Amino acid sequence: MSDQPLKKTPLNQVEHDLGGKMIDFGGWELPVQFTGILDEHAAVRTKAGLFDVSHMGEITVKGPDALSLLQRATCNDVSKLQDGRAHYNGLLYPTAGFVDDILIYRMGADDYFVVVNASNSDKDFEWLADCAKGSDVEVTNRSADYAQLALQGPDAQRILQPLTDTDLASIKYYRFARGKVDGVDAIISRTGYTGEDGFELYVAPSESPRLFRKLLEGGQAVPCGLGARDTLRLEAKMALYGNDIDETTTPLEADLGWIVKVEKGDFYGRDVLQREEAEGPKRKLVGFEMVDRGIGRHGYPIVDGSEEIGVVTSGTHSPTLKKAIGLAYLPLGKSVPGSEFMVLIRGKETRARVVPTPFYKRSVKEPAS
Amino acid sequence: MTPEDSRYAKSHEYVHVEGEVATVGITDYAQKELGDVVFVEVPKVGSQLEAADELGSIESVKAVSELFAPVSGEVIEVNEALALKPELVNTDPYGDGWMVKIRMSDPTEVDELMNAEEYDEYTETESH
Repeated sequence: MSDQPLKKTPLNQVEHDLGGKMIDFGGWELPVQFTGILDEHAAVRTKAGLFDVSHMGEITVKGPDALSLLQRATCNDVSKLQDGRAHYNGLLYPTAGFVDDILIYRMGADDYFVVVNASNSDKDFEWLADCAKGSDVEVTNRSADYAQLALQGPDAQRILQPLTDTDLASIKYYRFARGKVDGVDAIISRTGYTGEDGFELYVAPSESPRLFRKLLEGGQAVPCGLGARDTLRLEAKMALYGNDIDETTTPLEADLGWIVKVEKGDFYGRDVLQREEAEGPKRKLVGFEMVDRGIGRHGYPIVDGSEEIGVVTSGTHSPTLKKAIGLAYLPLGKSVPGSEFMVLIRGKETRARVVPTPFYKRSVKEPAS
Repeated sequence: MTPEDSRYAKSHEYVHVEGEVATVGITDYAQKELGDVVFVEVPKVGSQLEAADELGSIESVKAVSELFAPVSGEVIEVNEALALKPELVNTDPYGDGWMVKIRMSDPTEVDELMNAEEYDEYTETESH
């Protein structure tokens, strides 16, 4: 790695004060855990947990050509968004490989708020700015202007509601509102990366430490680190850029066909995706669980005799299911649930089985209205 | 506190010696670094080990790490309780979280290991 000093979020001091075990996460100093991954994971599944995700990047896209730029640069249909709604999308190269996976919020007809992965924010901004050349649109990297707090878990609404006049029950999944939270201007978004109900709050960095502490008051939510964030998102089968998807993987290979809208018109990578839709992608991202003892982790090869046929992209012990789970790329013919394959774990062939995903799905409970 | 009645390897195993039998586990510092342990793989009873051989592996939620034999000898007992309660490594590393007992073939190897004070200094420098 480089000798550059680690970047810090505005919550860095609070995290030190709360006993966070800090690590280098793609150049950012962030807590991997506070009390422990299993505790924090369980808190989010059963009560609530609070994450600092201020390292995420924010890019605004504004102007008369904002929609056409985003339509060209992504595979999901941005024209389907309405004000106050957000969706998951892929920012693609002409090869259909991912520049990044992103959230797009529609603030207005000519005004979009794009949330990107921390390690990709400069790359994404440059890519979008490059794509925007010659168009009447302004692309701005606003990453330094926002802190992001994620309050996740079944108790999230109950904890957040007393701090805001915005009626949270009226914000359905993947919708958002602008409002005040404890007196602070915020974008209040019912989204998350845990597979649980919850909110993501975008606020001014200077206000974030006080708000973070406020949300922890009374112990209803516990501070959570990146470790639990990873186990939670993996149980929900949410992709992690750099692990499960990158510039060499297409959304169809990554089993993200639901964000591929080839009928929307031309966009980068569309021809590749149309061909993959017709012929089937060569490989597919699948969920697996270990049959033999062991954990298949990121980068472990999948072998068939002496041949390497795939690779594990994510793997962990699932705290909810209490077994070893993971994601892997396998040839299409071997990707059906029930198929068994061998993961090479430190030189030892270890049996695993393709299973349906997500590994965990919360019982649907509409927020109280 | 690092127990003073044991010796320590640079790879963070402890050795608690009674007669010619060494009880081996990982230190409190090591369990904190690993986080929640989900399983421990150790050799079968009867295995012969040389010092510094791989003794097994420890999987925590976030990572796997190898365990090395701090001394040479024969594995005479493994902690079966860890199969059902791997978290004992976190909650009681020097007690119920022990991993294997080795009948030492060369007890002088223990002298090569660090004492508690040296180990504390070692982890102090390693964590900075």
